[in-house]
Amino acid sequence: MSDISIKITDRNGTLHEIQAPTDMAMNIMEIVKSYELAEEGTIGVCGGMAMCASCQCYVKSNHELPEMSPDEDLMLAEAFHVEDNSRLGCQIHITPALDGLEIELAPES
Amino acid sequence: MIKTDILIIGAGPTGLFAVFEAGLLKLKCHLIDALPQPGGQCSEIYPKKPIYDIPAYPEILAGDLTTKLLEQISSFQPGFTLGERAETIEKLEDNTFIVTTNKGTKHSAPIVAIAGGLGSFEPRKPPIPNIANFEDSGIEYIIRDPEMYRNKKVVIAGGGDSALDWAIFLTDVASEVSLVHRRNEFRGALDSVDKVQELKNAGKINMITPAEVKGILGDEKVTGVSIIKNGEEEIILEVDHFIPLFGLSPKLGPIANWGLDIEKNAIKVNNALDYQTNIPGIYAIGDVNTYPGKLKLILCGFHEATLMCQSAYKRIHPNKKYVMKYTTVGGVEGFDGSKKEAPKAVIKKIE
Repeated sequence: MSDISIKITDRNGTLHEIQAPTDMAMNIMEIVKSYELAEEGTIGVCGGMAMCASCQCYVKSNHELPEMSPDEDLMLAEAFHVEDNSRLGCQIHITPALDGLEIELAPES
Repeated sequence: MIKTDILIIGAGPTGLFAVFEAGLLKLKCHLIDALPQPGGQCSEIYPKKPIYDIPAYPEILAGDLTTKLLEQISSFQPGFTLGERAETIEKLEDNTFIVTTNKGTKHSAPIVAIAGGLGSFEPRKPPIPNIANFEDSGIEYIIRDPEMYRNKKVVIAGGGDSALDWAIFLTDVASEVSLVHRRNEFRGALDSVDKVQELKNAGKINMITPAEVKGILGDEKVTGVSIIKNGEEEIILEVDHFIPLFGLSPKLGPIANWGLDIEKNAIKVNNALDYQTNIPGIYAIGDVNTYPGKLKLILCGFHEATLMCQSAYKRIHPNKKYVMKYTTVGGVEGFDGSKKEAPKAVIKKIE
């Protein structure tokens, strides 16, 4: 399987265009960690259980994303700086359909 | 002054298991943790979630792992300073350390093992511009003394267990309890949700959902909050206290200023030998440390704790001969006088 391309704006406003594998069962939070786009310990604190909102991101492109689970929805309901396009990165799995996805990391809180 | 052999900072799984390995070497341990209960993230963030990579446990809930570790170490009688954060460290001339907590509790030990995970858990503060002005004058992120709300008007914000549980509890204390949450649904335990529903129906909890506290009113003390309900006008609610309960997030905190080599929010250690930091006598084990190839896994923390204890033993008893003993052979002798050992084989003669 081939990689897809994702544009990620980090918390300092810097844009990174990165390649993400679609065959490693990875999610957006893990991709951000693997490229070290956010300081260690400030993202993916709960490990990806939708229990901390440290991987909140804003989705800037019009890709169709997996539907939000009740866990993700309720976690976002307690997160800060939430916008209509907020998602938890750990709940978005990398699939070929997400090629060209553009996201921005939400501020640390 | 609390005195011990190994002072462990952090009572998560790695810190707890270190007590066992130290106990086998007859070393006493005391643990400090900012949370009010042992278990670290396992008890604070995901007690009901399963873990699948603890050797010999195909599946174990994080909360059960904590319970079992506490059972395993109980005969070694560890001491606990809970609900306090290790703040400062001082190295004395005799090479022992004094660690003082934010509440002034002092601990003395020749060895300090930092098993601090991602750091100490601090309350998450909502980004309301003037909120910092009212901390301790009407804004509390943690409820320390429920009596301070007696006959006061209180608004709680949040959607998890602590928001629900405190809303329920305070109905018997405060004169008025309001609960604000951005959804009509709550994350907390079903019983708590039912109880809040009951109290709402009885008019004892004023539910304001889906809504968000956007502003704080008052001069020196909180006198009210402004709340925006979905698609509606701003509501001003007169209150004496606003209690935002949005969970905790870990911060490395004061340990970052202890003179330790830090890289990527973690403490650099010598992984080729014993997980000691750049300061002899201070070790870092589990998720808080870093070295080439580091994996933040509980099982790796257990291994690191074991090697740390061996090295600590050699520091404390530099001239004593010692070889590692298998627990199956040597058994486990607790500090409480208990002894666990393999049963002796039954020998029977053939006539």
